[in-house]
Amino acid sequence: MLSPGLQTTVQDLGRFGWAHFGVSASGAADPFALRAGNLLVGNAENAAALEMTLVGGAFEFESDATVALTGSDFGAGLPLWSPVELKAGQTLRCGPTRSGARCYLCVRGGIAVPLVMGSASVHVMTGVGGHALRAGEILPVGETAVRRPRGPARDMPEYQSGETIRITPATQADWFADDWHTGHYVVSEESNRMGLRLRGPAIPSPGGHMLTEGVPLGAIQVPPDGQPIILFVEHQTTGGYPKPGNVISADFRRLGQLRPRDQVRFEPVTLDQALTALQEQEKWLYRL
Amino acid sequence: MLRSPEVTIRTASDRSLLISFGGEISIEAHQQVKLLTQCLQGVRGILNLHPAYASVLVDFDPRLRAHDEVEALVRERLEFASHAEPVAPRTVEIPVRYGGEYGPDLPDVARHTGLSTERVVEMHSAAEYVVYFVGFSTCFPYLGGLPTELATPRLSAPRKHVPVGSVAIGGGQAGVYPLASPGGWRLIGRTELRLFDPDGSPPPLLRMGDRVRFIPVPEARA
Repeated sequence: MLSPGLQTTVQDLGRFGWAHFGVSASGAADPFALRAGNLLVGNAENAAALEMTLVGGAFEFESDATVALTGSDFGAGLPLWSPVELKAGQTLRCGPTRSGARCYLCVRGGIAVPLVMGSASVHVMTGVGGHALRAGEILPVGETAVRRPRGPARDMPEYQSGETIRITPATQADWFADDWHTGHYVVSEESNRMGLRLRGPAIPSPGGHMLTEGVPLGAIQVPPDGQPIILFVEHQTTGGYPKPGNVISADFRRLGQLRPRDQVRFEPVTLDQALTALQEQEKWLYRL
Repeated sequence: MLRSPEVTIRTASDRSLLISFGGEISIEAHQQVKLLTQCLQGVRGILNLHPAYASVLVDFDPRLRAHDEVEALVRERLEFASHAEPVAPRTVEIPVRYGGEYGPDLPDVARHTGLSTERVVEMHSAAEYVVYFVGFSTCFPYLGGLPTELATPRLSAPRKHVPVGSVAIGGGQAGVYPLASPGGWRLIGRTELRLFDPDGSPPPLLRMGDRVRFIPVPEARA
């Protein structure tokens, strides 16, 4: 690794089974892009890869490699969503994003780092699984490819700002007015992998006694100031703020591509619609 | 058999259900939370369990499990668990250096409660605490059992840096900071025991249901 960019970490699909110790799953902020990249280079979809944020890094390959860049366009000069052969000694140089917040560099064989509690994912806030990468670090490539690299992906999903994020009702939905979700919001600079803080019309915060309860990925919390926080991949495992809605699983990838100052609005859907959207994504991935 | 608080099951997201045992903190609700969390460990398609005072959030893989299927599974496991013999809890002793640089808020707690600092330490270390659950952020234990006389409001502005191992009071709750982090609780002492190691070994010190005692360590032995 010649230079790390703004924040580059090793990620797989997350560290599950530790929430009862207060450890959230972490994992790729855009799991769809990570899975697609891994499938394209012939890895298992959960292989460890590099997640770059807003400004990408530069990497020199010591041996021949097959890689795929997925997610947002970080100006690397290579086709996105496609396996690419690199020769030993070649440098892959990414720059500032030209679209969304995150770009994934998947390498055939996976990034071979020791697993911590069953996962290669870095939980940046707590240091579980390691830390953001620094210039000069050497990352070994593994030997865990499971099939031949695929052809370039077709009809790949668009990543753009002004996103509509689909939601289903959460556990305190009936505490809020029916039109709580109609405001337009802007992603705040204070957002990170723990939470996406939104700025916009305050959602009237209901009073009432709320006992701390478990919170899932994508929960929309409304603190007393009415400015919603979407709990993200490194979220706390329990929380005491009321939650009117929850982002659907199929839109986690959109959350992962939101940049500071992007606009967001919420669109309520039914549970059936949420699960149908997820199935469509799965079908696209398995056509790769 | 446990007399169980009423169970309610609600959809929390397209991949999770919230199982609640009443809306209050009680040892009965805690027992249910603990049993359900234990019974659902390692079940195929269930990804994570988030216990709290009186509820468990069950996070599952929506490609493998449907909501009604998980609900049926939860009810079946609760029925099974209601016949289980409760296991005797472990007691974990946590040595603490109270006051001074380790517990900068001890004088404030004494002032607020109208007790001497010695009496605060005596009462804090004489009580037995229950780990209601471990949550929020990495390995933070939510302890019940703080003597009500010791309840002290949180700081009006949280500290930016609370040292790892700080033993603290936040309102009517007692806790120990597992990692250095920002925090608004009143710091009365510090332990050298590590609740959590970011490398994942050894396993976290405190588990849901454990009993905890704080043992004062004299400054001379520091």
